[in-house]
Amino acid sequence: LAEFLQFAFSGLTVGAIYALVALGFTLIYNASDVANFAQGEFVMLGGLVTVFAMTAGVPMVFAAMLAVAVAGLVGLLLHRLAIEPAHSASPVTLIIITIGASILLRGIAATVFGKDFHSLPPFFGSEPFVVGGATLLPQSLVVLVGVGLILLLLWLFMKRTLTGKSMMATAANRVAAQLTGINTSAVIGIAFIISAVIGAIGGILVTPITLTNSDIGTMLALKGFAAAVLGGMGNPVGAVVGGLLLGLLEQFSAGYLSSQYKDAVAFVVILLVLFTMPQGLFGARKVERV
Amino acid sequence: VRRFINNPFLLVIAVGIVVAVLPLMLSSSFYLRVIALVYINALAVLGLNLLMGFAGQVSLGHAGFFGIGAYAVALGPTYLGMPSWASLIGGSALSALLAFVVGRPILRLSGYYLAIATLGMGVLISMVVSNESNITGGPNGMEVPRLVLFGWRVAGPLTWYWISGVTLVIGVLVVVNLMESPTGRALRAIHDSETAARVLGVDVARYKLLAFVISAVFASIGGSYLVLLDGFVTPTTTSFLLSIEFVVMAVLGGLGSILGSIVGAAILVILPQFLTVFHDYEHIVLGTIIIVFLIFLPAGIVPAMASFVRRGSA
Repeated sequence: LAEFLQFAFSGLTVGAIYALVALGFTLIYNASDVANFAQGEFVMLGGLVTVFAMTAGVPMVFAAMLAVAVAGLVGLLLHRLAIEPAHSASPVTLIIITIGASILLRGIAATVFGKDFHSLPPFFGSEPFVVGGATLLPQSLVVLVGVGLILLLLWLFMKRTLTGKSMMATAANRVAAQLTGINTSAVIGIAFIISAVIGAIGGILVTPITLTNSDIGTMLALKGFAAAVLGGMGNPVGAVVGGLLLGLLEQFSAGYLSSQYKDAVAFVVILLVLFTMPQGLFGARKVERV
Repeated sequence: VRRFINNPFLLVIAVGIVVAVLPLMLSSSFYLRVIALVYINALAVLGLNLLMGFAGQVSLGHAGFFGIGAYAVALGPTYLGMPSWASLIGGSALSALLAFVVGRPILRLSGYYLAIATLGMGVLISMVVSNESNITGGPNGMEVPRLVLFGWRVAGPLTWYWISGVTLVIGVLVVVNLMESPTGRALRAIHDSETAARVLGVDVARYKLLAFVISAVFASIGGSYLVLLDGFVTPTTTSFLLSIEFVVMAVLGGLGSILGSIVGAAILVILPQFLTVFHDYEHIVLGTIIIVFLIFLPAGIVPAMASFVRRGSA
């Protein structure tokens, strides 16, 4: 049981980060129909900017805030400079543009920060708790609580604020939203900022555990995308469940089967799910109109 | 004249002429090798474009088939004593078989779901070759025995320039032929609307599968050529990033454009050779170029140029 718990803890921690990336994907996808493959770079920026601000002598809290602000700005720029000018292009073209952006951001990060791995000190020490014979790092707890808080805040934002509601309206029907007087372009811009901020916070939370460098974004984007699809593209609940599930799958198959094939197991499960449920776990069936 | 210009087989001849003339202008073996790489990538992208541009189905896993072709010519001669050319054919057959088997369930999916499923397939193939290191050498890769045909040891950039060039011309011919046939019309109908195509009596599943299998074979042959040219194979031939690169080549050159596949491959193969000048800024420049090109030419380079020329002549 101790072993089982151990894998579950690490699976949930990793999965929580996948869930954040998937959630960022979902936000942007719902608002603008773009699958943003640069989503992983926000996580990378969050961690790296914090690390470098701290080595420059900035206290951790401010360094983290700076990192979130930088990521948010990058998210906005990504929308304004790359997505908005090409808004009439096909989805595939837009995806390739975000891939270009991801290559660009990785290149910038590699020249500014170098390619070395960096870490952050854990927020509340590194003395692990022992739960049922398994050890739980305080930082894992921070990640889980942090992700939970983000979800709560996001939910409140969507349900309680006018901006959030106009974002939901834009996601539901862009033309209709525009007709009611919503500035959909601004709303999509906000969706990019929020996605970037969520990603960056995730990056800051997880860096003490997983380390970070300029190259981590690609794999995270891939996993986040897989998680979002697994849950059903466009469904925020699905994104979170998909992310956690993917993390758990990986850690359990790494623990019980083979660490080399942990990603393989995850993808086999995704394939099986898609074969039986072509719209993902929580996706709605779409009807093609002719 | 217009009828002559619109004749699609003209494209085959034009590509043939370019392939035949280029070696007269490029004497250094470095350039010949780079152009051979362009042809090899173009072959894989051509197949992918058949699937994406004509049939409208995304694949983020084509490096998987590329890798099967690559490892076939590495493993076949080394372990089974098969000659390289037979391994190349065997690899293509294996790719076709795999595409046929997984194609049915995968191609039922659409859009992002299809993208993730093909991606998953590519990742699985990649994982097998990098983890079974006692057979494949793992991440370190392995030597690929040279191709021997009728006692003639096939090596060197010029030889491979011709082999890949001629194969590309044949590939273009195959795709042009296919697109001019009823099959091509069926594929285009599926691209525009699957439901409408089905209503009109097109066996959607069968044609999608056909495009998938053909594109897998093209990629597989490209993979075999690449490692036979290099004499070495590593798991990068199967990597997710290579799959993405193929897609970028197809989109940059122009989805649904045969010439676009070649142009896209040429840009993404040749450009990095020059970007090494920029050294650390290579990624920055590459990313910027992709973004800028697609913002201004969202349909891809060749279709944009074609519509520009048409507007000019009208």
